[in-house]
Amino acid sequence: MTENSQRRPLRVLAAMSGGVDSAVAAARAAEAGHDVTGVHLALSANPQSFRTGARGCCTLEDSRDARRAADVIGIPFYVWDLAERFREDVVEDFVAEYEAGRTPNPCLRCNEKIKFAALLDKALALGFDAVCTGHYATVVTREDGARELHRASDPAKDQSYVLGVLDERQLAHAMFPLGDTLTTKDEIRAEAERRGLAVARKPDSHDICFIADGDTQGFLAQRLGRAEGDIVDESGARVGTHDGAYGFTIGQRKGLRIGHPAADGKPRYVLDISPVDNTVTVGPAAALDVTALTAVRPRWCGAAPAGPGTYTAQLRAHGGETPATAELADGTLRVEFPEPVRGVAPGQAIVLYDGTRVVGSATIATTRRRDLAATAG
Amino acid sequence: MAYLDHAATTPMLPEAIEAMTARFGLAGNASSLHAAGRRARRTVEEARESVAAALGARPSEVVFTSGGTEADNLAVKGLYWARRAADPARTRILASPVEHHAVLDTVDWLGEHEGATVEYLPVDRYGRVEPEALREAVEREPGDVALVTVMWANNEIGTLLPVPELAEVARAHGIPLHTDAVQAFGQTELDFGASGCAAMTVSGHKIGGPYGIGALLLGREHAPVPVLHGGGQERQVRSGTLDVPAIASFAVAASLAAERRETFAREIGALRDELVDAVLKAVPDAVLGGDPERRLPANAHFSFPGCEGDSLLLLLDAQGIECSTGSACTAGVAQPSHVVLATGRDADLARGTLRFSLGHTSTREDVAAVARAIGPAVERARGAGLS
Repeated sequence: MTENSQRRPLRVLAAMSGGVDSAVAAARAAEAGHDVTGVHLALSANPQSFRTGARGCCTLEDSRDARRAADVIGIPFYVWDLAERFREDVVEDFVAEYEAGRTPNPCLRCNEKIKFAALLDKALALGFDAVCTGHYATVVTREDGARELHRASDPAKDQSYVLGVLDERQLAHAMFPLGDTLTTKDEIRAEAERRGLAVARKPDSHDICFIADGDTQGFLAQRLGRAEGDIVDESGARVGTHDGAYGFTIGQRKGLRIGHPAADGKPRYVLDISPVDNTVTVGPAAALDVTALTAVRPRWCGAAPAGPGTYTAQLRAHGGETPATAELADGTLRVEFPEPVRGVAPGQAIVLYDGTRVVGSATIATTRRRDLAATAG
Repeated sequence: MAYLDHAATTPMLPEAIEAMTARFGLAGNASSLHAAGRRARRTVEEARESVAAALGARPSEVVFTSGGTEADNLAVKGLYWARRAADPARTRILASPVEHHAVLDTVDWLGEHEGATVEYLPVDRYGRVEPEALREAVEREPGDVALVTVMWANNEIGTLLPVPELAEVARAHGIPLHTDAVQAFGQTELDFGASGCAAMTVSGHKIGGPYGIGALLLGREHAPVPVLHGGGQERQVRSGTLDVPAIASFAVAASLAAERRETFAREIGALRDELVDAVLKAVPDAVLGGDPERRLPANAHFSFPGCEGDSLLLLLDAQGIECSTGSACTAGVAQPSHVVLATGRDADLARGTLRFSLGHTSTREDVAAVARAIGPAVERARGAGLS
């Protein structure tokens, strides 16, 4: 059990997506003696019925799976309609970010604005003490009572990156019963099986939940329309065309449809996306190396650091750790990397760690390349 | 636990359980000619007579169905198809906008797939259809009306509708009127013969009988086109092997519902009045839904301004009080009640509704539990707001 689930019994609202992780998390919270109520968030205004494959978390089938799990655990279950908030705060933001040439992370955004804001606020107003989810992360309560967010015990499953946006108040009401799970996903499934939860064998969801078929490019094309433009190399020479600059991510290699190979015969990557002139710049992998970045909208798990500090940084979900120094100046986080890092996309979050502890996060705005001038995101 | 959701379903009466379980071990298809079949048939026909007697109908007017939804479908679709077949001009359906979804979605389906023109009759702020409104709608073009369907009592807000007067208007033009009397049965007097209705829906599990059984009372001159085709049981109108134990049990519950109706209405009505007073005292700006006088004795319906009905359900459930918002869900998400909207309330009031429905197991303790819990629950739900 996580540290915070051993304390006095709490009134806990368990967010249940219909997947195996959140079902086991709710079951563990109930088993720990908390008074647990399950809630499934209806996030799609037009839920597609009974989609097969169980991707994402917005289908009728997922709602039914969540309800079935709640019934087996023996807890009350409700469906809350947060579709309008989700559309405004997550989906529209996602589209706008891509339109601006950035690469958003909607899961982070959902945690910040929906699960630990809209949902948490409503839960607190209704008398709940905490919101419980199936994320793999650990909450530690210090002796002074303050909460710290740490990586999960199992680094391979750690999801603290997508929770890096939570501030101290949000953390104070968060419960992650899977955080100290030193087991494989198969063992979580086995635990679900042992608990009689029918979702034990349900496939994992990997995709963006509001893009049902997983076709992000198609979704963006539908929302933003086709806008043909040029793909150019670092010298500005036109090497191909695209159907919309928003369809690319910094560091992307596949799907560029560049007719002729580069002079040196090496693969080319997306270096820059410029929505203003609808141009995508490509170049060699080495040109992706980033030595510094600036990031905006910093969020701190606790007090903001007073001066410059040395941290490890994570720059994308499932990404590795890299050493970094960071300093906050005028609300902007300035980060330097002693070792250059690759594939850094404006719009993504940088999460700073002190050991396993999450210090804070911010949204990457600009990057400085090793061998290029700083590029505006 | 305070179970105050009897309009959703009410516990079976011991007598009904006895009648049902006594027949579980007996074989016999009521359509068979041998002794076992004759025994089953005798049980079914006695049950038919009991149900008919309880509702002022003739035995031959009782068509057993799988419940209220099927009876509504059979009446509305079947009568529509039959009337249109006899005269292709008759495609207009007049319905109240406060019908249960079993009727509402059926008429809408006929509109979308079978060329029906669905016209919703105006209702007052209590959800009542006035006979004058029906007369006006019929007389605009009497020859094109296929049928009228108006419920006897509303399941959400409890209002009684003046069905016999409406049926008289329809009959004057030879138009059949169907009424969904699922909620009315056992709470208010139902006399099918005297009502002038062509068809009336009743259900087993709302009166202390079993789930999965109900009946359509159907005037003998009406021959709706079947929804279920097969062995030709039930006047060739509803095929399917008869569920003998459920029918026997339903008949016992129906007889008791009729026999105990006056006592039930008096005693449960007094308890309901206590509940209404307690809620309005605890939450002075709560609005009682439905007609304050002409309503089901077991129904209390409220709108709580500034609250989400779902929040109230959650909070009361945590206190062991089981009730309902009264409205239907779409994909598990509570929708503003179409009934409350039809009575002219705005969408916010339609979202913060609760229906308490009492029944044969209700006690003064149940009412006291609501009286204690409702004030703090509403205050808290208001804090959570309308999401």
